Parts: sequence; C-alpha cells; structure tokens
Amino acid sequence: MEIIIYGIINSVSLALMAVGFTLVYGVSRLPNFAHGAIYILTGYLTWLLMNRLGLNYLFSAIVALGLTGLIGAAMYQLVLIRVRGMPISEIIASYAIGLAILEGLRWGGLKGGTFRLPPFIEGSVNIFGVSVDFQRLFVVVLGATIMGALWLFVNNTKIGLALKGMAQDERAAMTLGIDSDRMAVVATAIGCMLAGVAAIVLLPLGSIVVESGYQVLIMAVAVCIVGGLGSWTGAIMAAFIIGFAQILTVVYFGAHFQVVVALLAIVVTLISRPSGLFGRQKELEERV
Amino acid sequence: MSGPKGDRRKERLDRGIKVRSDGVYAISSWQEITYLIAPRLLLILGLALAPLLLSAFPYWQRVVSIICVYALLAMGFDFLANYVGLVSLGGGFYVGVGAYATALLNTKFGLPPFVTIPLATMLGAMICTVLFLPCLPLRGVYFAIVSLMYPLLAARIIEALDIFGGTDGVLGVDGFANMWVDQYLLVLSVLVLVFVLRRLVEEDIGLVFRGVKDNDQAVKASGININHYKALGVFIASALGCLGGACLTHMYMWAGLSQFALDFSIIPIAATVVGGGGTLIGPVIGCLILVPISEILRDFGSLRIAVYSIILTGFIVFKSEGIMIYAARKYEQFERWVEI
Repeated sequence: MEIIIYGIINSVSLALMAVGFTLVYGVSRLPNFAHGAIYILTGYLTWLLMNRLGLNYLFSAIVALGLTGLIGAAMYQLVLIRVRGMPISEIIASYAIGLAILEGLRWGGLKGGTFRLPPFIEGSVNIFGVSVDFQRLFVVVLGATIMGALWLFVNNTKIGLALKGMAQDERAAMTLGIDSDRMAVVATAIGCMLAGVAAIVLLPLGSIVVESGYQVLIMAVAVCIVGGLGSWTGAIMAAFIIGFAQILTVVYFGAHFQVVVALLAIVVTLISRPSGLFGRQKELEERV
Repeated sequence: MSGPKGDRRKERLDRGIKVRSDGVYAISSWQEITYLIAPRLLLILGLALAPLLLSAFPYWQRVVSIICVYALLAMGFDFLANYVGLVSLGGGFYVGVGAYATALLNTKFGLPPFVTIPLATMLGAMICTVLFLPCLPLRGVYFAIVSLMYPLLAARIIEALDIFGGTDGVLGVDGFANMWVDQYLLVLSVLVLVFVLRRLVEEDIGLVFRGVKDNDQAVKASGININHYKALGVFIASALGCLGGACLTHMYMWAGLSQFALDFSIIPIAATVVGGGGTLIGPVIGCLILVPISEILRDFGSLRIAVYSIILTGFIVFKSEGIMIYAARKYEQFERWVEI
C-alpha cells in the first residue's frame, strides 16, 4: 500500500516537473535546458518575496510565477530566438543560461538547508494505514488540476489552439496566420511558469538547493524522452512508469539508485524505442 | 556578418598574398612565407615557451598544464561536434574514465606514469567507445542528452556501489618526476594532436566524417557503415579526453569523483564556441582565454561557471563564428563598404 500511495505521489511530482519541458519542446522544438534553473529560481524568488519583503505566501507565489513567466519570455525573445533551428546552439545556449542562473544563485549564497518554503497546510492524514502529509496530497490534487486546466486551455482557447497548431505542423500554422515566434514566446513563458508551479508545490517538501535544479532537469528530460518528446499522454504515462520504478528501487535497493533509474530509463528507451513510448512516427526519422 | 546599412554592402576580397600563397608552389618571397608561417609559429612558440617564461610563477605554470588538459578536451568536442556531428555534452566522462584507468593501473599494477598514460588513453578510449556504442544511432538533441547523462551516471554508480575508493577516490598515484615533464608532455601533445587532427580531417576519412555529419543517409546509400565512423569519431575524441584525464591524475596524484565534474563538460564547449568551432585550433585559443579567467575567478567559487556560461551565451548570440574564424577573415581578406 505504501508503495502504491508514494508511487502515485512521486509520479505526479515527476509529471509536474516534466509538463513545462514537454510543452516548450512540443510547440517550438526547443529543448529548454534551463528548465531546472527556472524551477529553483521561482522557489528562491518566492522565498525572497516572503522573507525579505514580508509578503503573504499566496501573493508572493503569484508574483514569483509572473516574474518567472517574464523571465522565460525574455529568455526566448533575447537569446533563443537568435539560435532557432540550430539544435546544437539551442541546447548549448539554453543549458548555458540554466547554468548561469544556478551557479549564480549558488555563488549568491543559496546553499544548505536555510532556504525553506513552509508547507501550505501542516499535518498529515491516514490513508489505508499509511500516513501522508497534506502537502503531498496537495501535490496530487494540484497536479491533476493543472493537467486538466492545461487540457482545457489547449483545446478551448484561441492561444491554446494556436499552440496546438504549431505543435502539429508549424508551416501550416504559419500559413493560417499564426505568428510562430510570438507563439514560441508564449509557450516558453507558460513552460517556465509550469516549472514555477511545480517548484512552489514541491519545494516545501525539502529545502531549496541548487542541486535539485539539476535533478529536476534530468527528471524532466527523462520523463519526456521515455514518453516521447512532445507527447503529453506519453509524458504522463512515463512519469508514472519512472515514478513507480523509483519508489520500488528505493524500497528494494536503496535511495542512492534513485537517479540511476531515471538515467537508465533514458538510455534503455533511446536504444530500444528511439521515438519513446508514445512518440509520433515522423520523429523517428530525425532521431535515428 | 554586420547587416547592410542603407544602400551599402560589405565586400570582401582575398589579399593578393593569400591568393598567391594558398598554393604552396606560389610562395616566392620571405614576405609570403612569413605571412603563412607567422600565426602558426606564434602559437607553437607561445605554447612551447609558456612554461619557461612562467617559471617564476609556479602557480601559473600549473595553469599552463590545466589549459592544455582543457584544450585536449575542447579539441575532442570540436572534432566530434563539427566534423562527425555528435554533440557530446559529457566531456567529464572521458576525463573521468581516463583518470580512473590510469590511477588503477598505477596503484594496482604498479606501472610507472610513462606506461600508464598511453595505456590509459587507449584503454579509456576503448571503454568510452564501447559504452557509447548503443547511443551512436542517435542524432542531435538525443545524443547530447544521453551524453550529458553519462558522467552523472558514472559518478552516481561509483558513489552508490562504493567501488574504486567510493567518494574518496583513488589515492596514492605516482606523481611526475618533476614539473617540466608534465608541462612539456601536455604542451607537446596539444601541439602534435592539433596538427594531426587538422591533417586527419583533410584526408579521405575526414571527408567521410563530414558526410556523416551533413547527410548520413547519403553516406549510408554509398555503402558506408556510418556507425563504424561515428564509433571511430567517439574513439578519437574520447582518447583526447582520456589523455587529459590521465595526465591530470598524475599531476594531482589522485583520481576522484570531481573528475566527472561539470567543469570538464562546460569549459571545452565554451572554449569551442568562443574560439570558433570547426577550426580545431579555435578551441585551443578559447582555452587560452577562458582557463586563465577561470583561475582568476577561483576565489569566487561557483561564480566562474556562471561567468563562462554568460560568456558562452554572449558568443553564441552575438558572435557565433568565434574568434578564430573572425581573426582569420580579418587576416586574409580586405573588407570595404561598396555602394549598391
């Protein structure tokens, strides 16, 4: 029972981490390697607003999310737009931005367990004999809500449909008057905000440390690759597969191997099914 | 390239001396010979004399060796990315494998450094190639992501299984006889290998490598096994990295997890972008610029990684051709604005 409950929680956390990455990649074919850095940055901004300016928790989280969205848009508009279509430069540039943010924060004194966000609601509850704290339950609820909201957004709003169009066929979308660069800015901003949402929900479970930025990037990439880059259902399924695999490894082998699972999952997936579990067929050609 | 202003465009003409001296037969005067040789000689003599000139500052002498280690890695990255088309973000993996190989050969079998270094280079390169074999069919982003995972995975596995000394690393590796040995070993390796690689990519095999990068389907259609060539490319690049790692281990008399660290993955990339990708000499120049900056910033800890990331981003965005290509253009061509 413990394995099932913690497996679900872990899987939803992974899905939350990965959803922003997969959105940006799906829409603009841009692997946003700054994803982990944005995650930590949002957490840190929230902490700053709360502790330095003394703002209310909810309010500072919203402001931090807004700032993150702006940072994402600026990152695309100022840097990434110039390297669109050059995969090597895209990776290197976004990875470099991520490193600059993370290592800059580390230099700025972000280390150790001193930076913590409080949980939304203290306390825990018993589910089938397993004690689960409210924050973890909240992760699951919010994760489900966000997935639902995103689905509605993509299928029912004009911007959402434009994003979907871009993801399906960029050229066709452009002939229909969808501004590809503007949509990519929107997608990057939303992707970064999703990373931020994940940060605000997940960071109260631990403390804000630079290392988890790299972890989140690895996890997001792992989930997206296993699920097939750019595929939503794939990402969610993959989050559950990796999430349960991780919990099982922790239970039967030890916590050290948790990251190894994700890395092995990537390597095995790429070798055996390069387009991922749910990758579309046309991607096969560009990968192999 | 700067954009056109009004009705003007920039015209570029080869200098007469370049036109004449490009074919070797046409070199007819000392002036032309100097024109061809001067920049090359400047680099060779500069690197060869650097340890001597810096002998008053032992700290900076050490930095020369470190520059060379990074230069080897950066050359490997440049070769793999711009000639074979595989972007490897995990340079640390090569260094780490080379470092552990040489440390184990030295401590377990008691072999002296001048045996362990070549042996570890070859052995390490073979290990890297075999480990990368399954990923070779991947292209672009996918290979980059997987190669990024390798050093992280290796460090985690060593940590988790507690093999090879676990988190402490392998201690008690023999040092070099004296500082001059490692300095000149590295400086000479860099110079020789730059020359060798630049020749290699001009040979037939270099043509195939570039074919694999530009259009692997066409290469396949010509009945050439592209994975064979990709494996060869990885072998060459990882041999360079392993050589660097092996020398580093004997220099510090220690091999540990930090040799899989981020520094070894990011500096070579930054150096290649700054120096000019595809020239093979550019990465060396990039290292000559970036590594001293990194040493000056050593007191600031992780700020230095942030600094090169910013330099890297700046170069990618504003000067993606890199210093070497820019300088070569200025050296070989006239530029002037002409009215359209």
